[in-house]
This record gives sequence, structure tokens and C-alpha cells, in this order.
Amino acid sequence: MSETQPRPAPGADQGASDVEHEHDILAEIKAEVAQDLADERPPAGGPAYQVASALFVLLVGLAGAWLAYGYGIGSLRRPGPGLWPFIVSCLIVVLAVVLLVVGRHLDDTEKFTRSSLLVAVGAATFVALGFLLPVVGFEIPAVLLGIVWLRFLGGESWRSTIVISVLTTAAFYGLFLYALSVPLPHLIAL
Amino acid sequence: MDFSAFLDGFGVVTQPGNLLYCLIGVVVGMLIGVLPGLGPAATMAILLPVVYSAHDPVAAIIMLAGIYYGAQYGGTITSVLLRIPGEASSVVTVFDGFALAKQGKAGTALGIAAIGSFIGATISIIGLTLLGPLVAEFALDFGPPEYAALALLGVLLVATIGNGNTVKALAAAAIGLLLATVGSDSFTSADRFTFGSLNLEDGIDFVVVAMGLFGVGEILYNLEERHGKPHVPAAIANIWPSRKDLKEAGPAIGRGSFIGFVLGVLPGGGAVMASLAAYAAEKRVAKDPSRFGRGAIEGVAGPESANNAAATSSFIPLLTIGIPANASMAMLYAALLVVGVTPGPQLIDERPDLFWGVVNSMYIGNLILLLLSIPLVGIFVRILRVRPAILAPITALITILGVYTIRNSVFDIFLMIFFGVVGYLMKKFGFEPGPMVLAFVLGSLIESSFRRSMLIFEGDATGFVTRPISGAILAFVVLVIASPLIKRAFRRKTPATDTTPETVQREDSLR
Repeated sequence: MSETQPRPAPGADQGASDVEHEHDILAEIKAEVAQDLADERPPAGGPAYQVASALFVLLVGLAGAWLAYGYGIGSLRRPGPGLWPFIVSCLIVVLAVVLLVVGRHLDDTEKFTRSSLLVAVGAATFVALGFLLPVVGFEIPAVLLGIVWLRFLGGESWRSTIVISVLTTAAFYGLFLYALSVPLPHLIAL
Repeated sequence: MDFSAFLDGFGVVTQPGNLLYCLIGVVVGMLIGVLPGLGPAATMAILLPVVYSAHDPVAAIIMLAGIYYGAQYGGTITSVLLRIPGEASSVVTVFDGFALAKQGKAGTALGIAAIGSFIGATISIIGLTLLGPLVAEFALDFGPPEYAALALLGVLLVATIGNGNTVKALAAAAIGLLLATVGSDSFTSADRFTFGSLNLEDGIDFVVVAMGLFGVGEILYNLEERHGKPHVPAAIANIWPSRKDLKEAGPAIGRGSFIGFVLGVLPGGGAVMASLAAYAAEKRVAKDPSRFGRGAIEGVAGPESANNAAATSSFIPLLTIGIPANASMAMLYAALLVVGVTPGPQLIDERPDLFWGVVNSMYIGNLILLLLSIPLVGIFVRILRVRPAILAPITALITILGVYTIRNSVFDIFLMIFFGVVGYLMKKFGFEPGPMVLAFVLGSLIESSFRRSMLIFEGDATGFVTRPISGAILAFVVLVIASPLIKRAFRRKTPATDTTPETVQREDSLR
């Protein structure tokens, strides 16, 4: 879904400030839709997830503020390199504290389940491709990535896995090296 | 309005190369609209590297724009046929669209949606054509304080109006602002947050960040809930709506177009908000609101006209002021920066070919989309039979190889993966990546405008408030922050209305 996927957040109904008169029906529709979409996702993570994420935001804010302070705040008349990041970091700290206080019982997180492992595997294939690309060119890693994603993450048959991986890689060979003529590291010179 | 520049714009669009890119853009947009999973912002992010390698940057921008408004058409198809919104902006179309499909009127729903989309978008482009130059002229007087305030307002509105928890969205936006400061400071060339890495000295490339947070983030997120089976939609017939259908839908299309145009211009508004508001409006003016959710044609016509009108009018703030109104526009903003164009009021005078080329490409792109979504809709319906598992590795490869080609840098691949994992985790923890990317893209503009303003004001921050335009904008900023608090205070006094019975009813009618 896109960046604007509706979520079952209690705060969602605060947003419609520009269409206040529509507010009631809007909130109602949003809630319905959110519920509809939420059926397909894992259950909410609960307070532990909320607190953990708020603490992480707090950490980012504190670290940012500390580092920015070191870069030199300067003055309002002559702002130093650290002034703006310092202001922003303070804002982050404030928001994190607000989240810690009021956000404990939101239900917009998702539990990590067994299928989250699929994501870890997927990310690992990305990293592997990044390491292999400059060493052996893109063809072999691309076919391998296709095999992992189709066969092991997607449950396709071996036949379609091989056919699609090889065809996709061949298509990218043509697209990147010939149609767009970008210098992509490659093994097979045609 | 400079009429000859407007006509020259058509000259730009009708060049075969640009027409081809326009066609590719709208077809890709329509496709990703049909396929649940990647949204327009993610797709635009993934395809940003094309901007580097395209022979003509205008063509690439035309293509990216086409993806955005094309997706609004495609999203309808799955909403109507499968009860799965292909795009967030087609979510309300599900209610009446799917109900119509169950009554065997899927063709009518799709036909009306396509016509409504076309009319809504076209009205909106005419509005953009007429209004754009006026807004740009007005904005030419803006100085650094106005820009700082305006960009801040844009980020704030996207964070507050977008879906999800407002505090979380604001936190994400603030972290986006902080990320934008990584690299050497443009005023003093002091290194900030680089941790000694030469790769970070030039700052983090927003293209890499966007491809990671949107592209890789969504690809990973979708891995977790792969629906194994493809959805097989019902056959559709009678795509051309009857005169009676048109007569019923006409007023709804008009209202939807207007609502969409207005909401699209506002930062943070955009297509999703507009479709919801249009549905609400239709329900409100209807003589018999209970028909809604059971196959009211207005319930399809209004929102679909509105989301297309909004998608189009959200180009106005980007092309005339240089402030992207939503995450997809932030991608276009990024693309413009890549080709060396700073979006802003000067764009229309300095690059009329680009401004009018992109605007006029929308007239043609929408015409193509109308053709694609009425006579050729069968082809797109067939695409639904492709299993998501097959598309995932292809998008993954496009993304990785694409980011590498920008600078032939493996570091960029790893940076993108890092932001991809961040994007995935954000979604798991209830943070929307949209505000973060938008804030990141606008971050350096906000900082430099802020610091320039402080130099102009000689350290006196009250200058922001006393200048009329920036003062007015900041007053609006305060209003945006205060309105939820005020509303909450009011709500405590009035007891919450019970909406459950109706919800249950609609749920039933959908089954």
C-alpha cells in the first residue's frame, strides 16, 4: 500500500482540520476502512512496542542534541553549524517524551511473527547482492536472488523459479547495458 | 498567462520521445494501481534513477508524473472487482463499487469511475493551467522567512493530516529534518554527523533515502503478508455506462472534482483525503443516504473524480511555490532537483518547456488513461492473475540495480538497504515513512531559509511574525497545531455518537 495507508490509530480522526464539517462521517469511514485493512495484518504489538519505539526516538533526539551541541551552537545573530540540528533534536526529545506519556496504549504497531523471518531473509539477499555485485558482476547474484525470492519466499515451483529468474536477469541485462547503456558490472560480455 | 508558452508546452509533449515516456508513465501507474502492494510514491522512488539516465530530463519528469495520476485510475479496478483497494485513495470506492460488482454491475462502476476520473482530472488540469502562473507570480516576492515558514507548514500538514498517530508522524518528520543535516554544513562547511565517513561528507542523497524508505521498505513489508493465491476477478461486461447512470453520476462527478481540486492544493491533502471527503459529501447530500454501501453509483463517481482532481491539483504547490504537498510530490521534487531544477516560482519563467511540458502532458496522459481504462480494461484485469510472488523479486532487482547506477556506488546500495530496514521497522512500530521523507527532502531548504532569515533579522526571531506573509503562514501553523487540542476539548463535552449499528450494516452488505 502507499504511504498513506490508513491505520487503526485513535489519533487518525484528529487530522481532518480542513473539512471540519465533514468530520463525523469522515472519521466513521476512516475507522471502517482501517478495520477492513487491519484484518489482513498481524495483531498489534502492545505497550512494550510503543515504549520501545518511543525510547528509541528519545535516544536519537538526545544523541542528536549532544552531537549538535559539540558542533557549535553559535548565537541567533550568527548561527553556528550546530544550532539548527540542536533545535530539531530538542523537538525530537520533546515528541519522544510525549509519546512515552500518551502513546502507551496505541494499537498501531504490529507484532513480529514467524513470517517476519521472511523479511530478514529478504533483506539478507539484498545485502548479499550488494557484496557480490562488484566482485562477480550482477548476473549470478541476480539469478540467485530470484531463486531465493521465488522458490523460498514465494513458494513458486522450481520450473517457474528458474525460468523467471533467468528471463528477468536477461531482461535487465538488455535494459541496463543496452537500452539505458549504464555501466553495470557484468560477467558475460556480449 | 503566457499563451505562447502554453502552446509550446504541447509542442514539448508531442515530441515522440516525450509521448512515449508519458505512455510508459501512465501504464506503469495504472499497473501499480491495479496491483495491491507498491503505492505511487514507492514506485516513483524506485524509478528515480531513470531521471539520471534518461536522455531528456523533461521526459523523465513527465513519466514520474504519469505514474502518480495513472495510479489513481488503476486503484479503482481492484476496489470494484476484488474489494481490495489497489491504492489508498480508492479505499472508499470499495463500499459501493464492490456492492455494484456483486449486483453484476462491475462494468458500470468501472466505466463511471473512469469517466469521473477523466473529468475530475481534466477540470483540475484546467485549474492548474489557469491558476498556476498566478500563484507563481504571487510567490515570487517570497523571501527566506516565507520559505522557512511555508516549508515548515508543509511538513506539519503532511504529518498531521496524514493517517496514523500525529505525534508519531511529527517525530518521524523531525528525524527527517535531522537526517537532512548530515554532511558538511553549507554555510560553514563544518562536518555534521558524518562520523568521519567520506561517503557521508556530501550528505545523504535523498534519492537513496527515498528508494530505501519507500521502495525497499514496502517491498520488505509486503513480504510478510504475501497472499499466495492470485485473485481471480469476475468477468466484466457493459463497461459503457447507460445514459441513466451518467445522469445519476453527473452531479457527483462535479462535486467530487471540486472537492478534490481544493483539497489537493492544500499541503497534506492529496488524493486519499479528497476521496474520503467526497464520499462523505455524497452521503450527506443524498436524499436516501442508506443506499450508500449497497451500490450507489454516486459513491463511486464522487470519490473517483475527487482523487483524480486532487492528484492533479497537488502539482500546483510543487510547480508554483516549490513545496511538495504529499510524499509522491516529494519524489517529483527530488527528481527535479536531480535534473538541476529547483522547483519554485521562477520555474515557469526559467524553464517554461518543463513547466508547460509537464502540465500539458497531463491532458494527454489522462486521455490515454481513459482509453486504457474503458476499452482496454480487460487487459488490466487479467494482470491480476499474476501472482505477487513473481513481481516481488523483479521490483527488488530494479531497486538494487537502479540505486547502483546513480553513482556506480556500492555504498549507496547498503545505505538504501539500511533505510529500507528502517522503513520496514517504522511501519511495524506504527510510524509512517511519508512525513520523514518529505521532511528530509525539504530539510535543507528549511534550514538554509531559517539561517538566512536569522541573518536578515540580525538574530531577532520576532521578524518571522512581523513580516505579513510569513506571519500569516506561521499563524496558520499555530492553528494546525492547536486545532486537535481545541477539538479534543470540545469532544469531552459532547458525548460520542454511537456509530456501531451502521458500521455493522455496511460490513454485512459487503459480504
